[in-house]
Amino acid sequence: MGWFKRLKKGVQTSSNLKKDTPDGLWFKCKGCGHTTTNKDISEHFYVCPKCGFHERIGPGEYFKIIFDGKYIRLFANLKSKDFLNFTDLKSYGDRLKAADKKKPGREAIEVAVGKVKQKPLVIAAMDFAYIGGSMGSVVGEKISRAVDYCIENRLPLLIISKSGGARMMESAFSLMQMAKTSIQLAQLSNAGLPFFSLMTNPTTGGVTASFAMLGDINFAEPKALIGFAGPRVIKETIKKDLPEGFQTSEFLLDHGFLDFITHRKDLKDTINDLIVLFNTKSDFKLTEDK
Amino acid sequence: MVFLEFEKPLEKLHEQLEKLIQINEEGELDMSDKIKELENKINKKSKEIFSNLSGWERVQLSRHPQRPYTEFYIEHITTKFVELHGDRYFNDDKAIIGGLGKIGTQSVVIVGQQKGTNTKMRQYRNFGMANPDGYRKALRLMKLAEKFKLPVITLIDTPGAYPGIEAEERGQAEAIARNLFEMANLRTPILAYVIGEGASGGALGIGIGDKVFMLENTWYSVISPENCSTILWRTWDYKETAAEALKLTPEHMLEFGLIEDIVKEPLGGAHKDPEKMAKTLKAHIVKQLKEINEIDTDTLLKNRIERYKNIGEFEEVTE
Repeated sequence: MGWFKRLKKGVQTSSNLKKDTPDGLWFKCKGCGHTTTNKDISEHFYVCPKCGFHERIGPGEYFKIIFDGKYIRLFANLKSKDFLNFTDLKSYGDRLKAADKKKPGREAIEVAVGKVKQKPLVIAAMDFAYIGGSMGSVVGEKISRAVDYCIENRLPLLIISKSGGARMMESAFSLMQMAKTSIQLAQLSNAGLPFFSLMTNPTTGGVTASFAMLGDINFAEPKALIGFAGPRVIKETIKKDLPEGFQTSEFLLDHGFLDFITHRKDLKDTINDLIVLFNTKSDFKLTEDK
Repeated sequence: MVFLEFEKPLEKLHEQLEKLIQINEEGELDMSDKIKELENKINKKSKEIFSNLSGWERVQLSRHPQRPYTEFYIEHITTKFVELHGDRYFNDDKAIIGGLGKIGTQSVVIVGQQKGTNTKMRQYRNFGMANPDGYRKALRLMKLAEKFKLPVITLIDTPGAYPGIEAEERGQAEAIARNLFEMANLRTPILAYVIGEGASGGALGIGIGDKVFMLENTWYSVISPENCSTILWRTWDYKETAAEALKLTPEHMLEFGLIEDIVKEPLGGAHKDPEKMAKTLKAHIVKQLKEINEIDTDTLLKNRIERYKNIGEFEEVTE
């Protein structure tokens, strides 16, 4: 129950969101097998210094990379529930319990407000480690509330997508989160506030086909898998091998669906540039009573 | 006539009935009493079967090869219809059709997925699975409707958006997302009807509505029962179980508050009497149009946002 207490105080530092990267001294790159120390990789934004492979990281790390230190976690009191009594090999209720055990007090998305080089920004970052970052009612509601928060305080929004798609165990409700998030982003757009959509590995299914593709700026980390249908499904449908580099960030950039690709080390500078260029003015103060 | 697995008890009765009718027509024996008796029996048995369908049986009915599709409804509902083609970017998708039509005195734009009625046409229509071009065509027509203040009626019937290489190259995800975003802001009424299969983002891509309705033997879900079974059970064999778990029937959807109403089908399904089905649907649309035309556009959009913003089931943990 530790995090409830912290929530009361309001201000959170990056250390409050438990690290999503493996503990231990050594780190082995999933791309090239290069071994380095954990300290070294964390100082390199969890990008392999040898091959540039972007290791999967969680919301806590993104907040640490992008924000100027201090940030306030928002809507952390929303929790998924098994309202359909959905059971496959395991019940959804048990899956939620297991996910909570692995990541106490967390959800498939975390929202926070903080500052980027003194300019306020709301970030909603998905967490692949929580049921594959799948979008259920909580993801939809947190994005919906993040949009309202941005409109109320005149803030830009960054969503960092990392998801296998909609959460099947919430059936039509998870499908409708596609509609809900898109409709809310239309309101953000109507309010003249910028929405930056960063796609990371992987961004697929209902997440891509709703908020992830709706950015005023759509950008991605290098070599991320981004698509509507999963590669396996496409392969089974067309019964042919898929072309090299299909559905990667580079493929999407080439086909006109991304504005650019950003190396993680440049992420903060890029976002800062965007905020400056979009000229978003806000008198928002990062205080504990917000 | 095609009988589905659970309709087998009816198949025998229908065979008997046909024989009786034949004997009767030959004129040697008067079978009219027996025919009447058998017809009553069939009716009773049908009611028994169709009043108690499982989720999977609904899915099967929604895919019945003789079920009426979008084109049929357009022909029977409108007095005048001009089909419009193309997305103005790349292609004319054959899996989504649409155009301008007249229902009573009201001009409308109708858009819907179209499946083929025979093997050749099924391929031509890509089994009702649209490419991005289809969603972009649908959006173009909806924008046209907005410009001329015409209500939009969408007819949903798809096993999903097409998962192919070209679909990804041309931005299947972007096309669907764009439709959701634009339909949110569309300054004209939208009525959405699920007339067959309502599978996932491919259905939702033309499915944002001020009001959403389902025909009685249809389904709406985040994923088809087969694909759900494949992913969660790692085999195709649990599709019946998946269909139950997904709670995808119109009754469930109404109970969840995700749709506004269920449109009754003729006994045994829409394909048993397509003309009657079209009549019922037309009456439903006419009534809905009348009601929705009363609402001013600002209120309409405000209600549309609220309708979707309120969808979701979760807990709010307090300290």
